[in-house]
Amino acid sequence: MGLQLKQKSILPGFGLALGFTILYLSLLVLIPLSATFLKASSLSWEQFWHIAASRRAVASYELSYGASAIAATINLFFGLVVAWVLIRYDFPGKRLFDSLVDLPFALPTAVAGIALTTIYAPNGWIGHALAPLGIASAYSRLGVVIALTFTGLPFVVRTVQPVLEDLDKEMEEAAASLGANRWQTITKILLPAVMPAAATGFSMAFARAVGEYGSVVFISGNMPLKTEITPLLIITKLEQYDYAGATAIAVVMLISSFVLLLAINLLQAWSGGRLKRAHGGELPEIVEAGAPS
Amino acid sequence: MASITFPNPGLPAAAHATHATTERGWVRWTLIAVAVTFLGVFLFLPLAVVFSSALEKGFAVYLAALREPDAMAAIKLTLIAAGIAVPLNMVFGVAAAWAIGKFEFTGKSLLVTLIDLPFSVSPVVSGLVYVLIFGLQGLLGPWLAAHDIKVIFAVPGIVLATIFVTFPFVARELIPLVEAQGTEEEEAAITLGASGFQTFWRVTLPNIKWGLLYGVILCNARAMGEFGAVSVVSGHIRGRTNTMPLHIEILYNEYQFAPAFAVASLLALLALATLLAKTVVEWKARQQAAELEPRSGEAL
Repeated sequence: MGLQLKQKSILPGFGLALGFTILYLSLLVLIPLSATFLKASSLSWEQFWHIAASRRAVASYELSYGASAIAATINLFFGLVVAWVLIRYDFPGKRLFDSLVDLPFALPTAVAGIALTTIYAPNGWIGHALAPLGIASAYSRLGVVIALTFTGLPFVVRTVQPVLEDLDKEMEEAAASLGANRWQTITKILLPAVMPAAATGFSMAFARAVGEYGSVVFISGNMPLKTEITPLLIITKLEQYDYAGATAIAVVMLISSFVLLLAINLLQAWSGGRLKRAHGGELPEIVEAGAPS
Repeated sequence: MASITFPNPGLPAAAHATHATTERGWVRWTLIAVAVTFLGVFLFLPLAVVFSSALEKGFAVYLAALREPDAMAAIKLTLIAAGIAVPLNMVFGVAAAWAIGKFEFTGKSLLVTLIDLPFSVSPVVSGLVYVLIFGLQGLLGPWLAAHDIKVIFAVPGIVLATIFVTFPFVARELIPLVEAQGTEEEEAAITLGASGFQTFWRVTLPNIKWGLLYGVILCNARAMGEFGAVSVVSGHIRGRTNTMPLHIEILYNEYQFAPAFAVASLLALLALATLLAKTVVEWKARQQAAELEPRSGEAL
C-alpha cells in the first residue's frame, strides 16, 4: 500500500490516526466483507449459478430492483417538487415540513414497517379506501413500492435543495429579460442545473431501496416468487441453515451495490463539477455588466 | 447580488422582476399542495398511526407493555449495543477525520470510499458477514465453539452488527468539516509549543464540536433502530437477545398490536428527538460558520 505523506506536515498523530483508521476499518468491515467472497469461492461456478440464477432468486431480483426503480422515480418527481417548494415558496408550517423530510433516516425501519402496514392494510386508514377500488396496497407488490418510497424519500430532496439554494436568480432574470417565458426558464435553465444532483439523489434512493429489509417485510406479505425481496430470500436461506445459498445471493447483492456506489461517486463528481461551473460561469457577470447603472 | 434596475421610474420594477422569477399564484399553490400532500401521506400518517395505535387500548396498556420484563430486557440490550457501538465509531470517526482531513497522502480517496462502504451494503448482508465468520459453520466457528465463546445469537454479535451499520456516520460528518478548516490554526498552536493532544483538545475540537455532535446523534438513532442486520445475528431469544426493533417484530407477528406500537412509540420519540437535535445543531453550526467567516476571509 502506498499510504505515505505527499507533503511534510508539522502536525503530529498522522501515523497513529491513520493506523487506527485502517486497523478498525479492516477488522470490522473489510475482512468480514472478504469473508463473504471467500465463502462464496468454496462453491463451484455451476453451484453458484444454480443458486444465484434460480427461479426464486431471479423473481426476487426483479421485485427488489423493479420496485426500487419505481420508488426512486416517484421520489425523483416528488423530491424535485418538495425541494422547489421548500426553497422558493413560503407557507405555514414550512420549517416543520423541512425538518420532517429526514424522518425516514431517523425512524427505525421496523417502526416504519408496522406503521405503513397498519395504514395500508385492508382495514387501515388508506387501505380501506383503496380496497373497494380493487387495489390491494398491503401484502402486494404495491406495498413494497410504498415502503421503498418512504425509505428513499429524503435523498432527492436533500441533494437538490442546496443546488437550488445556490442558483443565482440572475440567471433566471437574464432568461426572462431575453424573452423566455417561465416554463422555458424552468426547463432550459433550472432543470439542467439541478439534473446532476437529482440523478445523484435518485441513485442513492435506488441503492438504499435495493438493500432495504425492515420497512418492507411487514407490508410485502413475503410470498416466494411474488412478493419476496432479495434480502428476505437471504434471511430465509439462513433460517434453513443454507449458508452457501445465502452467501451466493449476498455476493450478487454486494457486487451490484459496489457498482451502484461507483456510479454514485461518478455522479457526485459530475454534479460537483456542474456546480463549480455554475458559480464560476460567466452568465451572472454578463448580466451585471449589461444592467444599466 | 446585483439586481437589474429599470430606467423607467413609472414601471413597477420590483413586481416585474418577481413575476419573471416565480410562478403564477395558482401554480405556486398547486405545487405547495402536491408537496404537502406527499409529505403528509408519507411522513405524518406513519407517525400519527404509531402514536394512535400505541394508545388505542388506553394508557394503562401502554405502560404495561413498556414495563413487561421482555420489553425492559429489549430496551436494556438496545441501550447496551448503542452504548458500545456509538463511542467506538465516534473515536474512529475522529481518528479518520484527523488523518484524512489534516494530511495529504496517496490512496486518500480510496480510503474515504471504503469508509462509506457499509452504507451501500444491505443490512441483511451486514449481519450475514459476521455469521459467516463467527457462526457455527463460520471461519472461526469451530475454534469459538471449542472455547465456549458465543458471538452469534448473543450480545457480541449484536454489537458487531450495530457497529457495522453505523460505521460511517461520524467519519463522513467530520471529514469534510476538518478538511475545510485547514491546518493553519493547528500549525500555529504546535509552533507556539502546544502538545498534539492540547492542540486537538483546544483548537480542533471546538471547531468541529457541532459536526461531531450531529454525527453522534445520527449514529445513535441508527444504532438503536437497526433491524435487518441485528435480526440476522440475534437468534431472537426472548428476554436475552432481542433488541427493541426485534421485540416489536415479535409482538406484531403475535397480533399484539397495541404493545408492539407502544414499544415502537419509544423509538418514534427517539426519531423525533433526533430530528429536533439535528435542526438545533444545524442552526448552531451555521451560527459558528458565520462567526468564523471573517477570519477565513482574512486568511485568504
